Amino acid sequence: MSRSERPPALLALEDGTTFSGDGFGATATVTGEVCFNTALTGYQEVLTDPSYHGQIVAMTAPQIGNTGVNVWDDQSRRPWVSGFIVRELADAPSSWRAEGTLEDYLRGHGIPGIAEVDTRRLTRHIRDRGAMRGAVSTEIVDTGRLVDVARSARDMVGADLASEVTTGAPYRWGPDQVARRIEHGYVAGSEDAPSSAGLMDRYDGPRRKIAAFDFGIKHNILDLLVVGGFDVTVVPASTSAEEVLSGGYDAVFLSNGPGDPDAVTYAIDAVAALLGRVPIFGICLGHQILALALGARTFKLPFGHRGGNHPVKRLDHDHVEITCQNHGFAVEPHSLDGTRARLSHINLNDGTVEGLIVPGVAFSVQYHPEAGPGPHDSRYLFQDLRRLIDDFEPTELQPGATAAR
Amino acid sequence: MPRRDDLHRILVIGSGPIVIGQACEFDYSGVQACKVLRAEGYEVVLVNSNPATIMTDPEFAEATYVEPITAEYVGKIIERERPDAILPTLGGQTGLNVAMDLAASGVLDAFDVEMIGASPESIRRAEDRRAFKETMHEAGLDLPRSAFAYSIEEAVNAAEEIGYPVVVRPSYVLGGGGSGIVRDEGSLRRVVAEGIRLSTIGEVLIEESIFGWKEFELELMRDRNDNVVVVCSIENVDPMGVHTGDSVTVAPAMTLTDVEYQGMRDDGARVMRAIGVETGGSNVQFAVHPGTGRRVLIEMNPRVSRSSALASKATGFPIAKIAAKLAVGYSLDEILNDITKKTPASFEPSIDYVVVKIPRWTFEKFPGAETTLGTKMKSVGEVMAIGRTFCEALQKGFRSLERDHLGVGSRRKDLSLEDLRGAIGAPTEERLHLVEQALAQGMPVSEVAEATSIDPWFLEQIGRLAAADASLAGIGSLDAVGPTTLRKAKRLGFSDARLGQMVGASEAEVRERRLALGIVPTYKTVDTCAAEFEASTPYHYSTYEDEDEVRDGDRAKILILGSGPNRIGQGIEFDYCCVHAAFALREAGYETIMLNCNPETVSTDYDTSDRLYFEPLTFEDVMNVVEREHPVGVIVQLGGQTPLKLASALDRAGVPILGTSPDSIDRAEDRERFGAVLADLRLPHPPNGLARSVAEARAVAESIGYPVLVRPSYVLGGRAMEIVYEESSLERYIATAVQVSPSHPVLVDRFLEGAIEVDCDALFDGEDIYIGGVLEHIEEAGIHSGDSACVLPPFTLNDDQIDEIVAHTAAIARALDVRGLINIQFAMKDEQVYVLEANPRASRTVPFVSKATGVPLAKAAARLMAGATIAELRAEGMVPSRCVGHEGIEHVAVKEAVLPFDRFPGVDTVLGPEMRATGEVMGIDRTFGGAFAKAESAAGVRLPTKGTVFISVANRDKRAAIFPAKRLQDLGFNLLATRGTAKLLRRVGVHTDVVGKVSATDGSGEPNVAERIARGEIDLIFNTPFGRGARTDGYFIRTAAVEAGVPSITTMAGMAAAVQAIETLRDEGVSVRSLQDYLNELGDDTDI
Repeated sequence: MSRSERPPALLALEDGTTFSGDGFGATATVTGEVCFNTALTGYQEVLTDPSYHGQIVAMTAPQIGNTGVNVWDDQSRRPWVSGFIVRELADAPSSWRAEGTLEDYLRGHGIPGIAEVDTRRLTRHIRDRGAMRGAVSTEIVDTGRLVDVARSARDMVGADLASEVTTGAPYRWGPDQVARRIEHGYVAGSEDAPSSAGLMDRYDGPRRKIAAFDFGIKHNILDLLVVGGFDVTVVPASTSAEEVLSGGYDAVFLSNGPGDPDAVTYAIDAVAALLGRVPIFGICLGHQILALALGARTFKLPFGHRGGNHPVKRLDHDHVEITCQNHGFAVEPHSLDGTRARLSHINLNDGTVEGLIVPGVAFSVQYHPEAGPGPHDSRYLFQDLRRLIDDFEPTELQPGATAAR
Repeated sequence: MPRRDDLHRILVIGSGPIVIGQACEFDYSGVQACKVLRAEGYEVVLVNSNPATIMTDPEFAEATYVEPITAEYVGKIIERERPDAILPTLGGQTGLNVAMDLAASGVLDAFDVEMIGASPESIRRAEDRRAFKETMHEAGLDLPRSAFAYSIEEAVNAAEEIGYPVVVRPSYVLGGGGSGIVRDEGSLRRVVAEGIRLSTIGEVLIEESIFGWKEFELELMRDRNDNVVVVCSIENVDPMGVHTGDSVTVAPAMTLTDVEYQGMRDDGARVMRAIGVETGGSNVQFAVHPGTGRRVLIEMNPRVSRSSALASKATGFPIAKIAAKLAVGYSLDEILNDITKKTPASFEPSIDYVVVKIPRWTFEKFPGAETTLGTKMKSVGEVMAIGRTFCEALQKGFRSLERDHLGVGSRRKDLSLEDLRGAIGAPTEERLHLVEQALAQGMPVSEVAEATSIDPWFLEQIGRLAAADASLAGIGSLDAVGPTTLRKAKRLGFSDARLGQMVGASEAEVRERRLALGIVPTYKTVDTCAAEFEASTPYHYSTYEDEDEVRDGDRAKILILGSGPNRIGQGIEFDYCCVHAAFALREAGYETIMLNCNPETVSTDYDTSDRLYFEPLTFEDVMNVVEREHPVGVIVQLGGQTPLKLASALDRAGVPILGTSPDSIDRAEDRERFGAVLADLRLPHPPNGLARSVAEARAVAESIGYPVLVRPSYVLGGRAMEIVYEESSLERYIATAVQVSPSHPVLVDRFLEGAIEVDCDALFDGEDIYIGGVLEHIEEAGIHSGDSACVLPPFTLNDDQIDEIVAHTAAIARALDVRGLINIQFAMKDEQVYVLEANPRASRTVPFVSKATGVPLAKAAARLMAGATIAELRAEGMVPSRCVGHEGIEHVAVKEAVLPFDRFPGVDTVLGPEMRATGEVMGIDRTFGGAFAKAESAAGVRLPTKGTVFISVANRDKRAAIFPAKRLQDLGFNLLATRGTAKLLRRVGVHTDVVGKVSATDGSGEPNVAERIARGEIDLIFNTPFGRGARTDGYFIRTAAVEAGVPSITTMAGMAAAVQAIETLRDEGVSVRSLQDYLNELGDDTDI
C-alpha cells in the first residue's frame, strides 16, 4: 500500500489519551498493554519476541522498516505484538538482507500498525503515567469508542501469558538449525569469536543436554545454547519437574516470556522442585520464576525496561555491560534477603535487580544476554552455564528456602 | 576507581588555528575538558595559539599559553610549568602530533610527565599504517586486502589475488602523487611502473578498492575498567571515496539490521581494546559492501574528533567532558549523565530523531581548485540539523547552509536527464541537488543508486521530497493549499519560502496562512535517552507534531543568534562573541537562549546558554523561536553577517533587536547612507561610488580614478572583491565575477595603493566610548584584513595618529548611535587618515583584541546592548578605567592569518582583497620581532634562522628589498635571486647567486628555481607578484613553495617583518610566557 493510500488510524489509551496517525499492516482493531522500546535497530526481532505477546509496542526510533524483514532475523515462528506504533514507516526497504517489507509482513500476520504518530509524546506520557492498556484501530474512528475498547483490554497483572506462547510439544534445536543461520549472517560474531563462521568450531568439549522451558523462548537463546555446546530440547512451559528429571538432562534453562511471573504457578513449582537437583540458568521471565521459586517476590515496574542501552553492573567484576532489556516486572530486591540467592547484577539506571545467583546451584539474569536485538556484551553467561554444570553437585535446599506453594 | 590524586597539574593541548579538517570542534572539546579538570580540582595549563577560542580565555586555566603548538614551544612550557600529565587527545591531530614529538624527543621522560588519555604506544598503533594493520589483523578484524610490491610482476600477482579494481599507492612520495585506481592488468602495469619510480624506496601498496561501499562511523568510549560504550553511529550518505568530512552524514545509522549493527559494535570495541585506548573516546570507521554486507575496518582515531563533536551534539552525550574525566581515573559508571542527572554515563544514547550533517564548501574562493570531492577534505565548515525524520532534517540542513537554498527543488538547473546522468556520477558540492533533480525528472532510484553508490534508502527519501515538491507545485495557489497538505509539507521540512515559490506567494503570505491555520512547530528535547527518563537540559529542535516540551521560564529572556556554519570570512571569532554574550547575560540575570546550527561550536554546547535551539538561521526558523519564547530582545550584532542579514526583517516583524538599531546598521552598511554620515562628520574617505549597471561602474571609476577596488555590496570576507587598474579589467570583472543590477549594486572605491590599514574595535553606550584597541596591519591596503597580519599596539603609528583614529571612531560611533560594538577600518596614506568602512557589529578581531588586552569586549557589548553603561561596567571591573585597551601594555601581540593553500594544489597563493584565510593565530612577546616569529610559527610557517633565501620582487619593490636583503646576508643567509633582482642586489654590495627562471630554462641543465625549491635547497622565499596570472614565474614559484612546505612571503611589509622575526629568533631563541602573566602586568582593575 503506498503512503497516500494508508487509511487513518487511531491509538487510544485507557486514560482517555488518543493519538491519530496512518494505518498500515492489517485492517483491524487490537488491544494490549502499550509500551515503548528505545532500541535503535532490531524492530523485526522485537516484533517476533514472544515476550511482547499481548502488547502494543511503540518504537522510539523514528524511522522504522528501513531494512525490511528477512526470515533469519525472526526470534520465533511469528510476530507476537498486538499492534505496532511508529513515527515513520519506510516505503521501500534497502538492505542486502531484505526479503520483504515490514508493511506486508505485518499485514500477512494480521497485525495492524499506526504510523505518523508523535511517538515521543506517547513515550513521555507512558514514562510519566506508567504503562497502560490501549487499543489500535484502523476501523474505529471515534476516539471515545476506542478508549472504551482500550479499557476492555486484559490487565497484565495476574496474566499467565506464557501458556499462550509456549510450544505444544517438545522439540529439538541443534547444530543443523544454527549452522544454516550462521551461514546467513544471522548469528553475529561475539567479542571473543569475531567471525560467525568460527562459532560452531569453538566449542570442543563434550556436548551437554539441556531442557529449555519455553515460556516464549527466542531463537537467539537457542542458537547460543547450541553454540555453547548444548543439545537443546525445548519443553512446554507446563513441563513438570519429574518429566525433566527423568529426561536425563545436564541442565535446565528457563526462558524469557510475556506476562506476570506470579501467574505462572506451575512453572514456579517445577523450578522449586528442580533447584539443587540440576543446574539452572534463567533469563527474563525465567529469572523472575527462579526468584519466585527461591522465595523472593516480584512487582510490576511503572513502565518497564525495553531497549538496547541499559547499563548493568556485574557486581563481582566491577564491570558494566550494555544490555538488551524487555521486561515489565522485576524482582523485589529486599525479597532476596533470607533466600539462598544473592544479587549478582544491578541496573545502574534505577538500581533494579538484574541478576541473581545461588552459587553452585542456579543463576539468572533479568536482561537478555542473547541479544537479538541488542549488544553482545553478556554472552559470557552461556559459558558460565558450562562452568556451573562442571562444578555442580546436587544439593537438597533447606526446607523453607523455596517458595511455599 | 575514583579520581587520581597523584596528578595535580595537567597540560591540555589545543589544536591551534582553524584549518580545513581541524576546526572549532576542538575548542568545544577543550573547553569541556578544562572545565571538568578544574572542577575536579586540578590545575590546568593550556597551550593554544588560536586567540579566537573560548578555551584560551584566561578563566579556563591556571596558566594559558597562547604560543605555537610545536614541540619546541610546548617543551618550554613543560619546563616552566612542570605539569604531572599531558592530555593530548582533545587537540585534534595537532595535539597528538606534538605529544608524540615530545615523547620521542624525551622531553616527557625528562620532566616526568605522564601522557594521559592515550599512551604513546596506542597512538602509534593507531597512526602508523603498518602497525595499525598488524594490530587489527591480530585482533581478527577484516581490512581491505592489500600487499606491498617492489616490482611490476609482484604487483600483478598481488592484484590477481586481491581482485580488481585495486588502488595503487606508492610509499614515501612527496605530496602523495602517483596513486590511482586501476581496473585491469594493463593499467596496473603502467601505474605501478610510475609508482615504483616515484617512491623513494621503490615500494607500492596494492590495495583492494572499497570505493562505492557504504561508509559508517562509530563513536566509542572506553574506561580503565574496560567498559566500552558506543555513543553514536553515523552513516555517510556519500559512499567510500568521499572524505567523511566532505560527506553528508546521518545519525543514527539508517540502513543496518541489528545483526549488522551489533557486529559493527563488537568490532568497534575490539579495535579500542587492540589499540589500547584505555581512557577516552575514539572514532572508528568502517566500509560495508552494499551487496554482501562484508564489513572492513578503515581507520580509527584514538582521540576526540570532528565526528565526536558531531556525535556529542547529535546525542547530548558530552564525549570530551567524559573523556577528560576518564583520563583522570574515573570509570564510566562513576560519571553521571549530565542530561538526565540521574542515570550514569555508562550507557549508550538512544535518539528519537534524525540528525543530518552537511558540509559547507567555499570553492568560489579558490578559482582553479579541483571541485570534485575525494579522499582529501575540502569543506571549511558544516551544519547540523535535527528533525524527527531524515526528510525533515535534510531540508533543515539545506537551509542552514546559507546558500540561498530554500530546500529541495529550489536549486534546479537547466539540465536534461542525459546531462544529469553524466553529472551525478562525480561527487561534488552539488551532487545531492542533482540527484534530487534527476529523481524529480523521472530517473529511477535504481539507476541513481548505480551511478552514485548512494544507498537506495536515502534516494527513496529524496525522491519522496521531489514528489511532494512536484505535487505542491501543482496546486497553483496558496489559497488552494489546505491545512492537511500544508501540515504534511511542513512535516517534510519544506520552508515557508519554498512553499511560497511553489504556489506563487511570498514567504510572508505563506507564514500568515500557516499561522492562521494553527500550524506551528513543536519543540522537542535532545535528552540522550529517547524520553525514557526525564531530562533537565533544555536542548531543543523544532518539528511539526502534537506536543511541545519547552518549559516556560520566569526570568527575562534574551535570544542570541549565532553565526551558522564556519566559512571563510565568518568563522570561530563570531561564535566566540556569541558565547561571551551568553556567559555575560546569564551572569547578569537573564535567561539566555542560543540559536545556531553549527555543531562544531562552543555556542551549541548545551550548557553554554540556558536554552539551546539547534535550528537553521533563517527568518522563519528564528521567528518561530521568538514566538515560542517571547524574548525581551534579540542580539544580532555578534554572529557576523548571518544574523545581521536577518535584522531588518526581524525588526519589521516587530521583534525587539537589542543594541544598535537595524536602521543604524543599514546606515553603516549602505554605501550612500554611510557616505552621508562621513560627509556630515567631515571625515575623509577614499572617493567612491555605487554602480547599478556596467555603464555606471565605468563612469564612477573614471571619475574617481584608477586603481579602484570593486565589490558587491553587503558581503563579508571580501567575496568577489578585486582591485582593478584599468577599464578593461573593470569590464572583465563585472562580466565574470558579479551580477550588477539595480537590486545588486557594485561598490567602486578609489584604491589607496601602498596605504597602511588600521582597524579599531570599540564599545559605545550612547555616551561613553571605550576603545578596545587599534590594530595596525602588516600587509598594506589591498590585502583583505582577514588575510593580513596585524599588530597591537600599532608599531609604526605615532600618538597623534592614534589619537586621530580614536577621535574618528568616537565620532562615527556617536553618529551611528551604536549600542555595543563597532569596528572601523582606516587607511593611512601620506599622513592622511581615511575611513574605509564602519561595521556596527562584532568584528573578526574582537577575540584577538580581548586576549591581547585582557578586556572581554563581547561580554561588555552584550551588557551594553541589554542596557548597561560603560560606567557601570567599569564599576563592575569588566571594562578597565583606561580609555584605550592597549594603553600601558608592555607586550606586543601579532595576529596572523592561516591559509588553506595546501588543500587546493595549483591555486595561486598571492594575497589580495578576497579573503581566503580559514583561521588565525596570535603571537605574543616583548618585542614585535618575537611576537611575529611566534605568530608565523603558530601559523605553520617555519622561518629559518640559517640557509638559503630566494628573493624575487616586482620592480616597484626592488628598492625596498635592499635593506632586508642586506640584513639577511649579515645574518649569514645565502641569497639567491633571478637575474634582475640579483643584479640590483650585487650593485649595492649584497652577494647574490643567480638562479634561472621557470619560464626561461636555458637548457644548460642547471635547475631552475622551482626545481631547486622542490629539491629542498631553498629555506625561505620572498616573492612579490608582478603580473597576475596562472602561468607566470611567480605562480610556479609560489605553488612549488606550497608543495615543498617552504615559507613564501608575498608582500614587502611581510618581508620586513619576517627579517625582524628571524633576528629575534637568532638572538633570543624561543621563550614562553602565560597570558595571565602578561595581563597581570597591566596591574589595573581589569577583570580578566
